[in-house]
Amino acid sequence: MRRRAHTQSLLASDSGVTIELVIGAIKAVVIVLLVLGLTTLMLWFERKGSALIQDRIGANRADIFGLGKRLGMPNFGVINTVLADPIKMFTKEDFVPDGADRFLHGLAPFLALFPVIITFAVAPMGDILKIGKYQIDLQPANLDVAALYVLATIGIGVYGIALGGWASNNRWALLGGIRASAQMISYEIAMGLAIIAVVVTYGTLDLQQMCRAQGGVWFGFLPRWGILLQPVSFLLLLISGMAESKRVPFDLPEGESELVAGYFTEYSGGKQAVFMMTDFAEVLLVAVLITVFFFGGWQVPWLYRDGFHFPGGAAWPLPNLVVAILQFAAFWIKVIILSCLQILIRWTLPRLRYDQLMRLGWKGLVPLGLLNLVATAFVVVAAGGK
Amino acid sequence: MLDPERKNPAVPIEGNQAAALEELHTPPMRLQFGPSHPATHGTVKITLDLEGEQVVWSDVEVGYLHRGFEKECETGYYYQNIPYTDRLNYSSPILNNTGYCMAVEKLFGIAPPERCNYIRTIGCELSRMADHMLCIGASAMELAAFTPMLYLIEGRELILDMVDSLCGARVTTNFVRIGGISANMPENFPEFARPRLDRALKLFEDADKLLTENPVFRQRMEGTGYLSRDDLIAWGVTGPMLRAGGEPYDVRKVHPYLVYGELDFDVPVGEHSDNFDRYLVRLEEFRQSRRIILQCLERMPDGPVDADDPRVRWPGKGRVFNRMEELIDQFKLVTEGGMPPAGEVYHAVEAANGELGFYIVSDGTGKPWKCRCRAPSFSNMSPLSKMITGGQLADVVPTFGMINMIGGECDR
Repeated sequence: MRRRAHTQSLLASDSGVTIELVIGAIKAVVIVLLVLGLTTLMLWFERKGSALIQDRIGANRADIFGLGKRLGMPNFGVINTVLADPIKMFTKEDFVPDGADRFLHGLAPFLALFPVIITFAVAPMGDILKIGKYQIDLQPANLDVAALYVLATIGIGVYGIALGGWASNNRWALLGGIRASAQMISYEIAMGLAIIAVVVTYGTLDLQQMCRAQGGVWFGFLPRWGILLQPVSFLLLLISGMAESKRVPFDLPEGESELVAGYFTEYSGGKQAVFMMTDFAEVLLVAVLITVFFFGGWQVPWLYRDGFHFPGGAAWPLPNLVVAILQFAAFWIKVIILSCLQILIRWTLPRLRYDQLMRLGWKGLVPLGLLNLVATAFVVVAAGGK
Repeated sequence: MLDPERKNPAVPIEGNQAAALEELHTPPMRLQFGPSHPATHGTVKITLDLEGEQVVWSDVEVGYLHRGFEKECETGYYYQNIPYTDRLNYSSPILNNTGYCMAVEKLFGIAPPERCNYIRTIGCELSRMADHMLCIGASAMELAAFTPMLYLIEGRELILDMVDSLCGARVTTNFVRIGGISANMPENFPEFARPRLDRALKLFEDADKLLTENPVFRQRMEGTGYLSRDDLIAWGVTGPMLRAGGEPYDVRKVHPYLVYGELDFDVPVGEHSDNFDRYLVRLEEFRQSRRIILQCLERMPDGPVDADDPRVRWPGKGRVFNRMEELIDQFKLVTEGGMPPAGEVYHAVEAANGELGFYIVSDGTGKPWKCRCRAPSFSNMSPLSKMITGGQLADVVPTFGMINMIGGECDR
């Protein structure tokens, strides 16, 4: 395949293992910091966005020594969510109930967060950035089985939740943990089917290749984004992804009014904050996956490696650095918009019941995913196959 | 913690499931739902036995908010008990004020003037609106639909503004007096109330749109918490719950009091007797209450608001300060209370959750010999165990929410 050959030549073009290592380390640090930063930003969206939806004012009290107020700056609750909330959370008493398994109780939140964070390693944040003689692939880890890697790491996530529920020595937590494991395992199947259909469409497991395949236009103006090829998969991934992130309408494992707080009933302080972060990181992760599979990843409409080529025939050449920055920005803006969409849904819908959730998963999404997969396969074969 | 004696759960588990349980020797998991639990607003304890997510046995325990209201009433003069009634159903206090005062008036044989009755009707219907908003909002919130609740809370604020304009307080109203009301309606009340009623209806309709046609909400509410019509009557359930079961019993229609007999309003009736119908009945009652208030504002007569009866209404301050007889009169009323003839009465009003009745026995002194409150929440709570057993754990929440148990009233 032509694209594959191109990547191979990129990998072959390195000189000096050290520099490559440094570049790799920088990419890793950037993605982790971005994810953690955006997680906090999500928290802010959640608080201020819900306030906007509900006709409230929302967080606007916290300030640093009254500085903002003295300088007459409007308070948008950023300090609340970015500074005050985390400080409060992490300085609270770390309570471990009597009879709980102390080791597993402490391990669970991190076991929940870790797989989510490492999944971002395959997030393609941009195409190729050329600095001097180095060609940097803006995907932190260029795995050619990235789609499988995503499914695998998401699958591990359930352990943290189930362990947290089990180790707490609390019946509400146990119920929450059981609900979470049943729900996450069930919806992973629908998620897998949605992803496989996309993989069949593009004929690759490499997320970077998928993004590249979504470049260019149809009919001279329409960006070749995946949502136009796989609208059913998009819906499946959105729904099952929201179920994976355990948020309303799929927040049964927490089920505040039913299970008190579900699997994290007995968690407080920092450990609870880690569970909360996991939820928000999963929201981001779902947004990243949807962006990559269905919204062109880092693709900006009509932007090619050498600049813009507008539908009318007009062109605007741009240097590689600007193109890379535009792609990077486009990717994260898409991710943020999709995350906000999930938050909007969270504040609009009520919660499903356990049996209804299972029915939706097994009798709704899985058959639909299978049908979609079969249809996709037929179309791909009919269209010449790969 | 499991009770080894209890071998026979209320709902038999049969077939493959029973065989599997037999082989696994798994006893059901016992769960203490309350008294302090996010869904038990107020305090109530529900002990549940769960087979997976299914409730196989349950026991409801009320009484955590018992304050001795009835006994307390025996130690106060008739007029001193009115503030206690605020604390019965604290989301619609004027209804309780009215219920108690009308029972006492019946004992005295007093008929308040027409204008007073109209103002009381407005107060009652405002309370009913606030109560239904709170009930629907809280139930929606417990199903994780947080946004409609805040719309409804905003609407409730507007209703409470009107209550505030009537009596100067939002929750502890202490509005109704024996033979009258604490203050005449403000001059500008109709102009004050109409835009607020419209805005409240607007917010209410927003919440209605978010909930009624929402498939998730309907799935959660439809068919859950079912209770047959015979059961409803046998347990003495009243109010929206009874009407959702198809029984059009409304005290306002069956035994008209205040000015309800002259007003034009409908009593909505459901047919499925499930949580969704209870919700729909409350939706419609809210609209009917608004209709009643608009009619009252339209027809509001002029005239005094207090009954001219020296046994219960105090003379005016101007006369108390300047005239001997009125001073003595007021002194006697405050220190000894008005004295009704000996006897007993029962008077019921239609409160937001059902029939709120007061049964008062008088021995001819200034204090009730016995004051018994028939609280709708208490009767409505009694079949809860029957309604939730056999259902899912998650169904406990909407069922409990639609009973709208108010601790202050249920536990008294």
